[in-house]
Amino acid sequence: MGEKLLELKDLSIDYKIKDGYLSAVNKVNFTIDRGEVFAIVGESGCGKSTLAHSILRLLPGGNEIVTGEIHFKDEDLTLVDQERMEHVRGKEIGMIFQNPLDSLNPVFRVGDQIEEALLLDDMSEEDAYKRVIELFKDVKMPDAEERAKSFPHELSGGMRQRVMIAMMLSRNPELLIADEPTTALDVTIEAQILEILKQMKKEFNAAIMLITHNFGLVAEIADKIGVMYAGEMVEQGDVFEIFENPQHPYTKLLMKALPSGTKNDGRLQTIDGSVPRITEKKPECRFANRCPLADEKCRTENPPMEWISDTHYCKCFHLGEEEK
Amino acid sequence: MAEQETMIKLDGLKKYFVVKSGLIKTKKQYVRAVDEISLEIKTGEVVGLVGESGSGKTTLARVVLGLTKMTGGDVYIDGVDLAHASRQDMKKLRREIAVVFQDPLSNLNPRQTVESSIMRPMLIHGVPKAEAKQKAKEVLDMVKMDQRYLNSFPHQLSGGQLQRIAIARALALNPKIMILDEPTSALDVSVQAQILNLLIELQEDLHLTYLVITHDLNVIKYISDKIAVMYLGRLVEFGTTEDIAKNPLHPYTRSLMASAPVLDPRLRREDKELLKGDPGSLMKIGAGCRFADRCPYATEECKNSEPEVTYVNEHHQVNCYHPLGEVK
Repeated sequence: MGEKLLELKDLSIDYKIKDGYLSAVNKVNFTIDRGEVFAIVGESGCGKSTLAHSILRLLPGGNEIVTGEIHFKDEDLTLVDQERMEHVRGKEIGMIFQNPLDSLNPVFRVGDQIEEALLLDDMSEEDAYKRVIELFKDVKMPDAEERAKSFPHELSGGMRQRVMIAMMLSRNPELLIADEPTTALDVTIEAQILEILKQMKKEFNAAIMLITHNFGLVAEIADKIGVMYAGEMVEQGDVFEIFENPQHPYTKLLMKALPSGTKNDGRLQTIDGSVPRITEKKPECRFANRCPLADEKCRTENPPMEWISDTHYCKCFHLGEEEK
Repeated sequence: MAEQETMIKLDGLKKYFVVKSGLIKTKKQYVRAVDEISLEIKTGEVVGLVGESGSGKTTLARVVLGLTKMTGGDVYIDGVDLAHASRQDMKKLRREIAVVFQDPLSNLNPRQTVESSIMRPMLIHGVPKAEAKQKAKEVLDMVKMDQRYLNSFPHQLSGGQLQRIAIARALALNPKIMILDEPTSALDVSVQAQILNLLIELQEDLHLTYLVITHDLNVIKYISDKIAVMYLGRLVEFGTTEDIAKNPLHPYTRSLMASAPVLDPRLRREDKELLKGDPGSLMKIGAGCRFADRCPYATEECKNSEPEVTYVNEHHQVNCYHPLGEVK
């Protein structure tokens, strides 16, 4: 792969709450190269969205404490000033969210909203309009010219997500953060949006950080996968390593919980218990209370990162052990 | 699949909504949300209903539940003709059909305890209070929840627990049919697995008939015996899960199955046979097959007249002029 674009070093995010701190993200490390798709998977509440928002400094502000380093190209985004950050947002790192209707202004035509982003780059209005139509064609919007004049409520969910992608593409960001981009869409539309993302990666050599709970999506598009559980990245590796040789008990159980056959092929694996609320940082494995392999050591010590190959690591004391 | 007794029979079912436009010269338009649907669900069968949003899945379920009146056609549920049912019959039916929705938090009363939420349908149907209380405990047991949750309020429970409560409440009146509208869409993967396993166990133990609505194709393949595929108000294909998944005959079913994500990165396909465009609108439906604009095999015939239902065999029906052959 290519040049390193984004690198997170020991990133932790804590929220201040009434009775102390809530650890939302704990010491997460990963890198994304240019032209690479890195997928972060995990269940709700595992901190994947918090992590993504923190890169663009989009957290609500006020009660969170971010520690660690976020290296983007050659600077640390945790240290740059507000003005520089505004330049990074959109221009260098683009972001699309789950629900496009939340991100579009309901009283402006969608074409004008994309033009607004383009005009930030000293473009004439005429050129900007032409560019909007081009972008709409890039994202395969049907009747591009007609649609540029539509209001958000006149478009279907798939079209709205296309508008968001067009808006994001308009400024050629080097990194795209997609937070559950297809969760609200039908499968047929989801497949179309995936195609657009794949094409972006190929044509513009864009790096994509994909946040999702959908393993199907990950299998279709990701190069690397990070599995998050209760704020920690418990396992990371390339897509084949994770799908074919998952090491962490959580990853293994999660894979078996996915319906892939019919009910006659056997019941689905379930994971008992629920995600703990981490309010104090103790040395322990956060999955220990639900893990079939957990022993005393797991409850008193932090499992280190064990490297299985150059690209694949897993935080677990019981590597290679099978469930009884 | 056990005995072959029919539980739900739809015969040419239609549900049109009227849309009026214009103030002075009012124009009436019809939205044909469910159009000419015929299918039979046998006792103890799990039928999955799939389709894109706006294809009429939920409208169909609402008609079966008796929540909306049909425009035409016939619906027979457990031998009762829904269009001409007496009040007595309707009351009986309402005990026999239960429903579980997507978001359990929005259909449990936030100010009622779990116990009173579960007891309410029983009290409405005239079950004595003591008996209802006892039954509430039993159904909570059936969904594998501890009895201490009886006094909890919905906001104290997790999504998976709430969905269990919703299922428990649905079971309270000993229904024969359960309609599950996106039962696991709001849940995480590990919780989804628990709920799906629970639903299958209940279905097998109590010999229930399920109509499951979802857009998650992997879920539907897992849980159903038969799959019905809808497209813009029409039933395009209906057959056993195996036939629909491995040998789909309608071009739409095939594209739909192809767009389902495959859980194996080695099977990633570069050139997928993707459906182009959006499903379109129910307001603008031409004379021809509703799928004709997006169908790669469409001919003049498809654009001019709507195809009729053809039965490939007893268990497999398709609504297409050019059904596909065996898929290689």
